[in-house]
Amino acid sequence: MELTGADIFVRCLAEEGVEFVFGYPGGAVLPIYDALYQQDKVQHILVRHEQAATHAADGYARATGRPGVVLVTSGPGATNAVTGIATAYMDSIPMVAFTGQVPTAMIGNDAFQEVDNVGITRPCVKHNFLVKDVKDLAETIKKAFYIATTGRPGPVVVDIPKDISTHKTEYKYPRRISMRSYSPVTRGHPRQIKKAIELMLTAKRPMLYTGGGVVLSNASKSLTEFARKLGYPITNTLMGLGAYPATDRQFLGMLGMHGTYEANMAMHNCDVLIAVGARFDDRVVGNVEKFCPTARIVHIDIDPASISKTVKVDVPIVGPVDQVLKEMLKLLKESGETPDAAAMKAWWKQIEEWRAMDCLKYKQDDEVIKPQYVVETLYKVTGGGAYVTSDVGQHQMFAAQFYKFDQPNRWINSGGLGTMGFGFPAAMGVQFAFPDETVACITGEGSIQMCIQELSTCRQYSLPIKIINLNNGYLGMVRQWQEFFYQGRYAMSYMESLPDFVKLAESYGHVGMQITRPADVEGALKEAMAMKDRLVFMDFLTDKTENVYPMVPAGSGQNEMILV
Amino acid sequence: MRHIISILMENESGALSRVAGLFSARGYNIESLTVATTEDPSLSRMTLVTSGTEDIIEQITKQLNKLIDVVKLMDMYECAHIEREMMLIKVRASDGGRDEVKRLADIFRGRIIDVTSNLFTIELTGTSDKLDSFVDVLEPSDIIEVVRSGVMGIARGEKALRI
Repeated sequence: MELTGADIFVRCLAEEGVEFVFGYPGGAVLPIYDALYQQDKVQHILVRHEQAATHAADGYARATGRPGVVLVTSGPGATNAVTGIATAYMDSIPMVAFTGQVPTAMIGNDAFQEVDNVGITRPCVKHNFLVKDVKDLAETIKKAFYIATTGRPGPVVVDIPKDISTHKTEYKYPRRISMRSYSPVTRGHPRQIKKAIELMLTAKRPMLYTGGGVVLSNASKSLTEFARKLGYPITNTLMGLGAYPATDRQFLGMLGMHGTYEANMAMHNCDVLIAVGARFDDRVVGNVEKFCPTARIVHIDIDPASISKTVKVDVPIVGPVDQVLKEMLKLLKESGETPDAAAMKAWWKQIEEWRAMDCLKYKQDDEVIKPQYVVETLYKVTGGGAYVTSDVGQHQMFAAQFYKFDQPNRWINSGGLGTMGFGFPAAMGVQFAFPDETVACITGEGSIQMCIQELSTCRQYSLPIKIINLNNGYLGMVRQWQEFFYQGRYAMSYMESLPDFVKLAESYGHVGMQITRPADVEGALKEAMAMKDRLVFMDFLTDKTENVYPMVPAGSGQNEMILV
Repeated sequence: MRHIISILMENESGALSRVAGLFSARGYNIESLTVATTEDPSLSRMTLVTSGTEDIIEQITKQLNKLIDVVKLMDMYECAHIEREMMLIKVRASDGGRDEVKRLADIFRGRIIDVTSNLFTIELTGTSDKLDSFVDVLEPSDIIEVVRSGVMGIARGEKALRI
């Protein structure tokens, strides 16, 4: 049967099991919207800005592990989506973004709402396509999903000219796809795995450093079993939080620039470092020259280009984290060998001394709300089981430090690109995926205003998100750097003319609350959480000058921390 | 150190810009780049000359391999190989200088492919060093125009870059 490109598009999405498409219509995608209108398999979610569509799809993907799908029009629709695509790219999130394009005959003529979208997105996608013939459409969509979800995941953009959506062709969705130029590794090399195990068992001061790759590879269970079997201390990166239960004794907290004293000191002093699905990001490593000076390093990663990119490693293993960890566990069990018990005892003694520093302590105040206290109380009130999204800045670090994630896929933030405006639309994506779960967006008065228009979307779809606005009147992280490194010259970090967030929320038909006293924090959070079917915007007026500690200043060694 | 990297890639529009974009985005340098389709019209072969430390070259080859359009690549410096570049050079050649230019072209096994009363256009093939040397021996003020193809490379013997 012959179908139009638009109908083929919709059928392909249904074949891929797509539940939601986050998007915004426009001229170049009208035929596709017309086809979406006439079916009920795929639900389209109308956002209020294309950036929010990409973040919502991204949040959906991070929470479910399934690819997020975006549909926007040509020109400004596509350029607005770029920030969200780049965000997904930096954090290796599976996403397929469809962008409209002017009709093929007009491409290159500077037509109305034309941009070279393949050109603009090229550096921030895993791959992109311009569909030039309707006969290629189905196969291109299949390829897009295949590329986005396999190997190291990432966003794929498919640019569809308007006439392709109206041209007709025979429809057949390819069951399988194979590409001679793309075949991700499916197994780690057995010899390397054996070598890694041997090295790990010689360790006197071992350390597990694990990242977002564990979450993406669905390897949390294997990692937990592996770490417990060895009894080694473990730290998670910002992207990896929840992959190992945060309440477990072996967990030393997050590492890096605002990581815990014990995690960073254990990194600095370890003799064998086992990096799992982590990429030695500069916010983790600090100064490369001073990084883990006494360690031999094992690195497990699906992406060969991640290995020895910034830090030279001794035993690289290219493969899916879950498969490699399972193989390692099997070898460990078979061999019956165990770590050096005496050395481990001494190592843990040292670690407990570092941990006793209690580096995250803060001074509670009777008058002013401490941002840390809000996150701690949110953790308590939600029983640690909420999906928490965040924006970028101090509140993001407080969330990472004080909400103890025991499960993967629950902590959703823009770690790589650091996109302000991410948290709220991402929470929408999560809430669509899990309508009955508690979804909290921890944000600040700076970040929330970058995608605040989505209060309207939440009204339309009755999304009961809980917005935890840590409002200190400052771009807090900027202010902190200005205090530490620019002698207190607070250039443009103070936010004047803030809206009345309570009234703003109410004007969209939501519930607004303002909380000004520490004594009211817990009660207010409980009250908000009890409103299961309402979005509650909680505006917490917090300490204006609170800083995030500990801090490893950029370019320093991991043992060179500023403590409270 | 200088490396010649040969790449087999899908003959898709935009494939070249993915490679060029990768180099500019990551700050790698390209000394020369040449690309054309192979006997299989679905494949292009690109030869890229770059330089850097071993670590940088390793990253370059890994990042290139990561591009979806790249089917296969080979660092020519890891095997015995032959390197060639072609140059077309237009040189002033009048009066007494005419014989001298002709003689130099012969020494370098160049071919004169176009002649006017006061110009020679010479075609010369060889390694980049050889082409550089030829340019060096000419009087700079006599050189009107230089066109170079960029380097091509191929492995010696049985070894081949093919799918």
